[in-house]
Amino acid sequence: MSALNSTTPLARRAVLADRVEQLKRMVEIRLAEERIQRLFSEGEVRGSTHLCIGQEAVAVGVARATHPEDIVSCTYRGHGHALALGVAPEQVIGEICGRSIGCAGGLGGSMHLVEPTVGLMPTAAIVGAGLPIACGAALAAKVRKSGRVSVAIFGDGTANIGAFHEALNFAAIQKLPVIFVCENNLYGEYTRINFTTPIEHIADRAAGYAMPGIVVDGQDLDAVARAMEQAVARARSGEGPSLLEMKTYRYSGHSRSDPATYRLDGELDIWLKRDPIDLFARVLIGEGAIRAGDLDRMKTEVREEVETAVARALSSSRPKSAEIFSHVTG
Amino acid sequence: MANLRMRQAVLQALDDALSEDEAVILLGEDIAVAGGPFKCTDGLLKKYGADRVIDTPISEMGFMGAAVGAAACGLRPVVEIMFIEFIGVALDQLTTQAATLRYLSRGRLTAPLVMRASVGAGQGFGCQHSQILDHWFRGTPGLKLCMPSGSRTAYGLLRAAIDDPDPVIVLEPRILYGEHEDFALDRNFRLPLGSAEIARHGGEVTLVAVGAMTPVALKAAKRAAADIEVIDLLSLWPWDKATISASLARTGRLVTLEESTRGAGWGGDVVATLASECFGSFKAPPHRITLPDAPIPYAGELEAQYLPSPEYVAAQVDALVTREAAPPPWWRETV
Repeated sequence: MSALNSTTPLARRAVLADRVEQLKRMVEIRLAEERIQRLFSEGEVRGSTHLCIGQEAVAVGVARATHPEDIVSCTYRGHGHALALGVAPEQVIGEICGRSIGCAGGLGGSMHLVEPTVGLMPTAAIVGAGLPIACGAALAAKVRKSGRVSVAIFGDGTANIGAFHEALNFAAIQKLPVIFVCENNLYGEYTRINFTTPIEHIADRAAGYAMPGIVVDGQDLDAVARAMEQAVARARSGEGPSLLEMKTYRYSGHSRSDPATYRLDGELDIWLKRDPIDLFARVLIGEGAIRAGDLDRMKTEVREEVETAVARALSSSRPKSAEIFSHVTG
Repeated sequence: MANLRMRQAVLQALDDALSEDEAVILLGEDIAVAGGPFKCTDGLLKKYGADRVIDTPISEMGFMGAAVGAAACGLRPVVEIMFIEFIGVALDQLTTQAATLRYLSRGRLTAPLVMRASVGAGQGFGCQHSQILDHWFRGTPGLKLCMPSGSRTAYGLLRAAIDDPDPVIVLEPRILYGEHEDFALDRNFRLPLGSAEIARHGGEVTLVAVGAMTPVALKAAKRAAADIEVIDLLSLWPWDKATISASLARTGRLVTLEESTRGAGWGGDVVATLASECFGSFKAPPHRITLPDAPIPYAGELEAQYLPSPEYVAAQVDALVTREAAPPPWWRETV
């Protein structure tokens, strides 16, 4: 369990072949997000930040089922995906804190994480933006016959924006190797899905684009990874796109210090009983891969690693003013 | 020497780019099987195949975004937007996604894509199919913006745009697609982005124009009593301050001729910059000839009045030289 010691994104991605490392990565995402929330309260994070606590299984499942050469587009709720795909915690936290060590040199911030070596396009701050871009990445794979697939990760709110329709339609008509992964956490920003969306399952919309639409238990890491593997195999073999709907839940509010008072009474408690980390830990105990008590030890270990990452991030320099003008155009 | 209509020059540029670089692909509505609504892509499907010359659904956000993703992954997509207004539904992909890809990835990803669009008034397409909308893009860090004024500049700018490592918008004046021009066709010919050209030398007034207004400026220069130097701006962002300021230093008078509404025109930036930095060069106030702040009218008589004609431009310039004061626009005298 030395994932954090090998900090190259590719090395961190490779260790996800191990099931215990998958659990550890979910723990890392959880604890990093909780620490980021505290950093926000402490004034180290400017603007806004969008946490994915509760959705860790989707992030790790997608990363486990794809190759580093595959392209991933994602939204501003992207810290977990960046960590899962392999970006080092100090680079994620450093970016969120506006430091040079950050994966975008501190020029992007919480909503703009990026790491081309593991396929992560800059996460987009605009709802829906990543879906057409994922189609383009898939189009490049098709034209160049590279064998890559692309993955568009987005929330349930995105299913109501025009880009969703245009991207799914274009992907289907072009038979593009792209997997649309909807993280349905029941809330689009501050509004529950029943106020915005006339159907229960976003996956049902796939029928309108003649592609498979699969409802997946997004709290079950193995279920996420298996559904992804099937969709990835379909995409790689030239059969075209799929829409996967991950049923999941956001324990935190939409952003910043949103206390999420709009939640249904008791809803959070119901979801907490199916916490993705606890669920997968039980699976690993059943398999004999870990023992009761190992999860707590793992949390202690990861908490220290996250603290080390925070220390590295905060001790990193702030970007120099010349960076304002670099990489605007070539 | 070739004699090509502007649409043929565009087609030639696309054909040459496709043949020279396998990474170049074309995306757009009706561009493949039908050969393009303005015939700028006629025959390219047959030559290069459906993987590289792609008919898209009517879904600008979808295929503009696909161009961004494809460009980030090694292709050089050239997107056709049939009428510039259609980019309104896809603006995010251009001004927010494509424009910041290089910046956010600290140079590790780039978006070498081209958006071509037909623009401009004068043909009775009405107010939703006749604008230029350059102000939607101009000044957006990460984007480049250019506009040809005929067949030669259409070829040279489009080839430069496709070569460029960043997103480039090429606004093609629709009214010029059918216009012929003789020029030395050379597949190595490029017009550098960000550089203007002196289209006519003169000593008394610097008249800066772009796109379809450049031929209007040249006709006006023939009619006017004043000795007019016409600068074809060619690039709207970044724009060529050096060529304009050097001309102004010789003539002492600056007039911009813009097929843009007054409130949004590029001349505001040109005049403000030159007035601020070259104040000592001016013998007369800088002057802008623009469209009025009103939508483009459909009726032929009104559209003709709405657009600057060579006669109107010549009269405006001569009035500036004679009075040493900026003449009012036609709508202030009429309304």
